[in-house]
Amino acid sequence: MDLNMTAEEQQFRDELRGWLKANVPADWSAKREDPLETRFEYLRTWQRKLFDGGWAGISWPKEYGGRGASLMQQVIFWQEMALADAPPMANVLGLGLIGPTIIGFGTNAHKQRYLSKILNAEEIWCQGFSEPNAGSDLASLQTSARREGDFYVVNGQKTWTSYGWIADWCEVVVRTDPNVPKHKGLTVMLLDMKTPGISVRPLRQMTGESEFSEVFFQDVRVPVENVVGEVNQGWEVALGTLMHERGTFGAGLQILYRRNMERLIELSHELERDGRPAAQDPLVRQKLAQCYAEIEIMRLNQMRAFSRISATGVPGPEGSIQKIFWSELNQRVQQVAQELLGPYAQLASSSSDAVDKGAWAYGYLRSRGNTIEAGTSEIQRNIIGHFVLGLPRSY
Amino acid sequence: MQFGLSESQEILKDNARKFFAGECPLNHVRKLAETGSTYDADLWSKMAAQGFTGIIFPEEYGGMGMSAVDLSLLMEEAGRALVPGPFFATVALAATVINAVATDAQKKKYLAPICSGEARSTLAEIEAGAGWGARAEGKTTVVNGRLTGEKLFVPAADVADFLVVAAGSGVFAVQRNAPGVSVTPMPTMDLTRSVYAVRLDNTPAEKLGDASGMERATDVATAALVAEMVGGMQRILDMTVEYAKTRKQYGKAIGAFQAVQHQCADMYLETESSRSAAYYAAWALDHDPAQAATAVSIAKMYASDACRTVGNRGVQVHGGMGFTWENDLHLYYRRAKASETMLGDATFHRERIARLVIDAPGARPQGVH
Repeated sequence: MDLNMTAEEQQFRDELRGWLKANVPADWSAKREDPLETRFEYLRTWQRKLFDGGWAGISWPKEYGGRGASLMQQVIFWQEMALADAPPMANVLGLGLIGPTIIGFGTNAHKQRYLSKILNAEEIWCQGFSEPNAGSDLASLQTSARREGDFYVVNGQKTWTSYGWIADWCEVVVRTDPNVPKHKGLTVMLLDMKTPGISVRPLRQMTGESEFSEVFFQDVRVPVENVVGEVNQGWEVALGTLMHERGTFGAGLQILYRRNMERLIELSHELERDGRPAAQDPLVRQKLAQCYAEIEIMRLNQMRAFSRISATGVPGPEGSIQKIFWSELNQRVQQVAQELLGPYAQLASSSSDAVDKGAWAYGYLRSRGNTIEAGTSEIQRNIIGHFVLGLPRSY
Repeated sequence: MQFGLSESQEILKDNARKFFAGECPLNHVRKLAETGSTYDADLWSKMAAQGFTGIIFPEEYGGMGMSAVDLSLLMEEAGRALVPGPFFATVALAATVINAVATDAQKKKYLAPICSGEARSTLAEIEAGAGWGARAEGKTTVVNGRLTGEKLFVPAADVADFLVVAAGSGVFAVQRNAPGVSVTPMPTMDLTRSVYAVRLDNTPAEKLGDASGMERATDVATAALVAEMVGGMQRILDMTVEYAKTRKQYGKAIGAFQAVQHQCADMYLETESSRSAAYYAAWALDHDPAQAATAVSIAKMYASDACRTVGNRGVQVHGGMGFTWENDLHLYYRRAKASETMLGDATFHRERIARLVIDAPGARPQGVH
């Protein structure tokens, strides 16, 4: 156990810190509350800048545009981005889920073709997994792919597709054999969202935004070389993607939580309660300290998990505790923010009295989705029960 | 950065687990608990022979010179085995304080016999109206090198050869058989670690140093206690998962029901999260002093709540069996409750965290080290 940085990690940190100091755009705090579309283009430009500087895909192989560094350097990268208050990168799913899946299961041709364009944000990715009748029971999905010569013809519908409205490509799971048990007839394909026969309909969520969409496929032709892994063995590939989603994806979120925590502590000194700063109220102190501690434990859990993944190469089912932890913790933190700010917490961005331009009203509503997206808390607990603790399957 | 155990740490942990499984099986712990005496002289000398009693102390006093993480790994295994008796009081509490505040000559006199296993000791700190970390509120008086007052909840005072006593702004060594010392049991829920009221009446004492030097030492003890709690939680989780796999209702193992499975999943999450916090706290004590106090309080805060919750879930999954005297769960459940409050409960440590991160100017969540 050694949580100190090695000389190499320190050098990496110093170099990155210098680069961020010179390059983080000064207008980010003003752009933070821009509408989704404008903000996205801003983040895409920022990601391109990071790529050109050699800072995208820290732990990805060099030959595909990555830096070829360690997973721990990737962790340092996230931490430094947070300390520099840098904007996040645009191609969230490409970087976090689809790239690692292509690195793990794709052919050399796939890696050549797709990886660097994920890193420079030239091609934005989405993930076509859930369907109207296949949510938690993902393997029961019905979107079909029928082989016709050198193509598969895809028909069906995906839903809850984050970034569907902007994505150039989609990692899609389809049924290639309907006559075998449900897990055995699935295949993963890389699908060009500009192919004829695709329509995308935004889904408006509780927050009023449309982060995700429904995606419809009608006779969409996908070249056979776009299959990732073996035909009918897509469940294994999809699980690989999901393990990244549960195990490592949350690491970037710690940035956001830390920012929120710092801001809540600041606000507790500014806000008055019973004639004194809220920071002196014993109950407020208890609640803030609880949040602070849990955010730190989230970081420590992740550090232990990354050390394990560095040794084994792949995330395992124990990553489900990371998903449960970050999602339920954010809901608790947002609730504490509501209590700290009182009725002001509910003010929307359009109110001139809103604290932090309504970020806490938005954050509270947005956090409600956390325990549902990327696999519900219930499914994560099933995974721990069966795959980690060895209890019988419950479903 | 590497947040996992090194090979030598794995070996230490593994050896400790095998040692306790062989020398301190649960039926032995139960027998001691039911006879009302938690001290086993034979087990004590075997632990000393392993070097456990001197694990983190300098070699010049007969110790092993190992790290706080190593102590925590040993305590984790002791917690898993529910090791009874004066080990925690002697090594984690008394000896760490002596090592922190005493002179070289005093360490030869007091620390060396602890390392060798000849002596047992304890820390007498809290009083009525003066809880953990509130030493200034204590009423024990120091007059001409003699102490008068009453210390409460002193672990293992019955078998201690000498006591380390915090009084006023100082830390003192008091011989157990010195004039004016009386030790009265305070029977508690925990059957495997006894605590006592210690009355001192004009008792001669030797000053070891200033109480201001105690804080890091009690943080080392707190980190060790959290590790012990993690071992206990792990054992409760293991027992519960095993029970859920074998107990059948409605024609199948109860672990196949999600209501039961999700309890087990939460126990796993709470145990692992406590372990992350425990290991980091121990590491920070040796390698990142600026963060150590916060890290220790975060660990004790989280584990204090988690050990209670894990115990509750474990008993609930066991159903009626979990509520019986015959089942071993309650021995762990009782220890968990005692550990929850020892050295400060979650509320105490949340306030300590607040002082460190809300009140401190420029306080902010820590980064990578």
